[in-house]
Amino acid sequence: MEEKKEVIINREWCKGCGICVAFCPKKVLDLDDEEKACWVNPEKCINCGLCELRCPDVAIELE
Amino acid sequence: MAVKDYLRQRFFPQIWCAGCGHGIVMGGMIRAIEQLGLDKNEVVLVSGIGCSSRVAGYLDFHTMHTLHGRALAFASGVKLGRPHLKVIAPMGDGDALAIGGNHLIHAARRNIDVTAIIMNNSIYGMTGGQTSPLTPFTKRGTTAVFGTIDHCFDIAQLAKGAGASFVARTTTYHAKEMIKMIHDAINHKGFSLVEVMSQCPTYYGRKNDLGAAVDMMKGFRDGTVRKGSKKLEEHPEFVERGVLVNEARPEYVSSYMDLIEKLRGERENLEQGAASR
Repeated sequence: MEEKKEVIINREWCKGCGICVAFCPKKVLDLDDEEKACWVNPEKCINCGLCELRCPDVAIELE
Repeated sequence: MAVKDYLRQRFFPQIWCAGCGHGIVMGGMIRAIEQLGLDKNEVVLVSGIGCSSRVAGYLDFHTMHTLHGRALAFASGVKLGRPHLKVIAPMGDGDALAIGGNHLIHAARRNIDVTAIIMNNSIYGMTGGQTSPLTPFTKRGTTAVFGTIDHCFDIAQLAKGAGASFVARTTTYHAKEMIKMIHDAINHKGFSLVEVMSQCPTYYGRKNDLGAAVDMMKGFRDGTVRKGSKKLEEHPEFVERGVLVNEARPEYVSSYMDLIEKLRGERENLEQGAASR
């Protein structure tokens, strides 16, 4: 089985629009106190990569 | 290459508002170009003026940031001068359909091998939310506080009527579909146009009570349907997504080169004829 990729969030570039949080099919992302996206449920993540494709700030990367 | 390698990272974080759809379109363009395996030096981005036109500043290709509405005129020049390069024009709805409306229809008519990516957010965002030719009837902008009485263009139908040989429409919600369409548009030989419905939460969303970026994208999800789907027959009010035109027609630069070759041949024949006399 392929190893699971990590969802890396660039906090400097994230503007907290919440698009990744709202459309994540497994609800693994959330906004923290500073309104930045966070990978809060890594174990549920299916690595679909939709957060990366829909991030307007190019702030999310699967690595 | 990683997506980041295509960015001029010194300009980041980018200047667009939180949730602006244009960043999603920019990401789609990068991924399409990456999938095509194009070298950075093979790609030219030519933009006009507006929020969408900033794409040319953010991406690390050959780039030109030109006059408002004139991206396709400059792009046509680049393509004629260097036909081996892939020329892409990221544009906004006002830039492409109002200020540059004539350039758009004539580039389509000539079928020149340039790809226009039109980010349609139905408003002039950069200058303060004025209505554009893509603001739908009765929708509001800062210049139409009671709702516009103008009717909007249908970009895809206009491009089709003007002679574009590849026309597609999608939205920022449908990111994977968008990448595929941009990929196919760049590969297409002839004038290609991809309309991407994009959200402007700051002006269009706020003036029309459409909520934040997420709500506007849900609107794209729920208000559009795939071309040829059953749902479209039942709900003709939905916006159709998909590749709406894809046909092979003589391309402008090829026709130009063919003509040069033909005339050169004729001249050589004449000269040989004169020499033998």
